[in-house]
Amino acid sequence: MALDKSAEDARPWIEAAAPTHPALIDFDHHVADLYRIINVPTVIWIDAQGRIVRPNDVAFANDALKDLHGIESGPHHDALRAWVREGKLPIATDAIADKQIRPTATEQLARAEYRLAWHLHQAGHGEAAERHFARADQLAPHDFTIRRGSMPIRGKDPFGADFAELFSDWMAAGRPYYQKLS
Amino acid sequence: MSAFRVDYGARAAYAGDVGADFTLIDDGTEHRVDAEIRGERVLLSADAVRNALGWDLKPQGLCRGDVCVPVRDASLKRGAGIDLAILAEHLDRPLALELPIAAYVGASASTRGDQLASLEAPDFTLPDLDGKPHSLSDYRGRKVLLVAYASW
Repeated sequence: MALDKSAEDARPWIEAAAPTHPALIDFDHHVADLYRIINVPTVIWIDAQGRIVRPNDVAFANDALKDLHGIESGPHHDALRAWVREGKLPIATDAIADKQIRPTATEQLARAEYRLAWHLHQAGHGEAAERHFARADQLAPHDFTIRRGSMPIRGKDPFGADFAELFSDWMAAGRPYYQKLS
Repeated sequence: MSAFRVDYGARAAYAGDVGADFTLIDDGTEHRVDAEIRGERVLLSADAVRNALGWDLKPQGLCRGDVCVPVRDASLKRGAGIDLAILAEHLDRPLALELPIAAYVGASASTRGDQLASLEAPDFTLPDLDGKPHSLSDYRGRKVLLVAYASW
């Protein structure tokens, strides 16, 4: 699921991967809102009965950027295979709910500001959209789906100076993300 | 105690504008409604509140189905209009405003939190590259790995 502003932004990656699974676009971040997704990549495991069995976590498909983020892709792949083939779950059933992180009222206000900004942008009110994206940034400074996700919409480079500033804010705050699941 | 806040966006006040050109977004669903803008207040008709948000103001409070929320703040009702900000506060839902154009009423932290803590994966529908919709519920009966990524 690409948290991108258009199919065209996600298309090069999807076409290069030629996936056999559905590759979807969450334009307005409503699924990010539903699942409290605050950065990418995020992985969530959902069983055949529609229950979350492994809450939000960061996992990479490969080790290309391992030196940057320090996370090896192997363990998650192994755990995934064990789940798919043997039904093995890495977290005891009665411990899963405690691992879910609940959003705060401030986070939900940030989401409302972001989603209003998206609507305004789509409706051609760029200046108004910018004010609400900026407000969302202030309310959720460590939510990359808001701060970095809005950059392409606002004509900012998500790999440029604005991102460098976000990254150093995030590092200074102790690299807040989800929690360690294991 | 909630950290509820109303965010107005820094615009000049519009006194007494009435029009059907107001967009009220209920957690992603857009509705065009009649709204009276009085300064920074947005007043909605009872019909607009019912149609867009699903709530009725009755003697016992704000009601939807079997649930009623008692009215704590008498300024919820101003004449024939219902104050959107006071309404959102009663529902403990975040409100973002861009007057005189639009308002976004988001999901409360407790609604999201209760859903996530229940471990029932919320259903959703998203398009693929060809615009074809796919729902999570289409995959009931199979294990699903939901991966969020982005070009950024």
